[in-house]
Amino acid sequence: MDIDLLRGILTAVIFFAFIGICVWAFSRRRKTDFEASAALPLEEDTYINNERENI
Amino acid sequence: MDTVATYNDKVVRQFSIMVVVWGIVGMLVGVIIAAQLIWPVLNFDVSFLTYARLRPLHTNAVIFAFGGSALIGTSFYVVQRTCHIRLAFDKLAAFVFWGWQVVILLAAITLPLGITQSKEYAELEWPIDILIAVVWIAYAIVFFGTIAKRRIKHIYVANWFYGAFIITVAVLHIFNNLAIPVSLTKSYSLYSGVVDAMMQWWYGHNAVGFFLTAGFLGMMYYFVPKQAERPVYSYRLSVVHFWSLIAIYMWSGPHHLHYTSLPDWAQTLGMVFSIILLAPSWGGMINGIMTLSGAWHKLRSDPILKFMIVSLSFYGMSTFEGPMMSIKTVNALSHYTDWTIGHVHSGALGWVAMMTIGTIYSLLPRLYNKDGMYSTKLIDVHFWTSTIGVVLYAVALWVAGITQGLMWRAVNADGTLTYSFVESLKATYPYYGLRLVGGLLFFSGMLIMAYNVWKTISNKQPVPVAVLDPA
Repeated sequence: MDIDLLRGILTAVIFFAFIGICVWAFSRRRKTDFEASAALPLEEDTYINNERENI
Repeated sequence: MDTVATYNDKVVRQFSIMVVVWGIVGMLVGVIIAAQLIWPVLNFDVSFLTYARLRPLHTNAVIFAFGGSALIGTSFYVVQRTCHIRLAFDKLAAFVFWGWQVVILLAAITLPLGITQSKEYAELEWPIDILIAVVWIAYAIVFFGTIAKRRIKHIYVANWFYGAFIITVAVLHIFNNLAIPVSLTKSYSLYSGVVDAMMQWWYGHNAVGFFLTAGFLGMMYYFVPKQAERPVYSYRLSVVHFWSLIAIYMWSGPHHLHYTSLPDWAQTLGMVFSIILLAPSWGGMINGIMTLSGAWHKLRSDPILKFMIVSLSFYGMSTFEGPMMSIKTVNALSHYTDWTIGHVHSGALGWVAMMTIGTIYSLLPRLYNKDGMYSTKLIDVHFWTSTIGVVLYAVALWVAGITQGLMWRAVNADGTLTYSFVESLKATYPYYGLRLVGGLLFFSGMLIMAYNVWKTISNKQPVPVAVLDPA
């Protein structure tokens, strides 16, 4: 196959992959999963109290 | 008694402390070489104090020692917290820390001795390169090993950025440093001529793109929401701009080689991709800044958030400046002038260092079970010294660079050059002074930080943190 044809096909593939990612990311079905993920940094640490551990 | 699973925060603490140490060392060397540009006598005629040897020491120290420690340390923190699991392979993680410190020490010894591959940002000779590769692969095993045993289904976006940074830097480092050793301290690159130049700047620009951008975006995507106590503005945008950023960055390297013997089409390709890069870069900037929407009042009382938001502003500014400078006609003026150095520093000090500083201030108290840093007032002082410092620095070198560019290209009616090189150097002098003041301010901010960190953690015994249950 001609290398330039291959390059053209690759460009098209990447272009549609980008459209695909956008559609996937903005689809309504992703909403709840994304909201759950976005909340991850807001979780607080639970320190293990050394003194209480000995009780 | 039940033993509760805990996070491995020891390695995070170690890296966090070294961020401050290497930040001070790297920036001090920067201040020294900035002074040498004004007073060349400051090299005292000692070979290992000359500008040529200290400059790579400065760049390696700030990028790989300061920036690298910040990235590896925070990635270990973030991946555990967002995967609800302890870091994989404790011993290997410890090896990553100590191995990385050995690499830094070897750099600090060999570079002043003049042992170098003469490749910018890849100066270190082959034995050290092999050690870097080994440490980096260990790092990848720890990071992706943790991802693999995660107890959260989705991989949080910060980990995607950290992951891309780890994989790409491994590839870049290994391929750019392929060389034939002739002795322990000397090797010859496998590439020659323009291919060597292209490899070098494929490496060089992606070091900017993946080390100094993707990695720090990972940091941003965890610590800005954490500090603002709000979820990221748009998770969807983060997904789209992640894939665009990593797909486009890879092609921008040739803009370092405009008007060289690199084929014209390759130069144009680099320019076009650099311009397109504005879109995903600003996607990240907007996403970070807008995370504060509805919580802008926090900026009034929280200097850590100020660090982060000013950092994102510098990120937006330098990712606008970069594409502009990659346009060939602009580059004809800007290239080889101090404008480039100014651009790099508004990225490296404004974006990278200020995000790192904000993150360390946010992270350190958590690592030592404290409510906050010893002094919020001192964080505020640090914020203003840093901000004024970086603004002075950038402005000085904009003016210096454009002055140089215009003087170098000026020709008389008969075609001869209007100015000799030394005249342009003379015109640059005052701006070198201003730049030194800016650098000194930024450096002194790091000393304030060191004091604040010391007061926060001394006499403080860290408390283990329990791993959260799977979601």
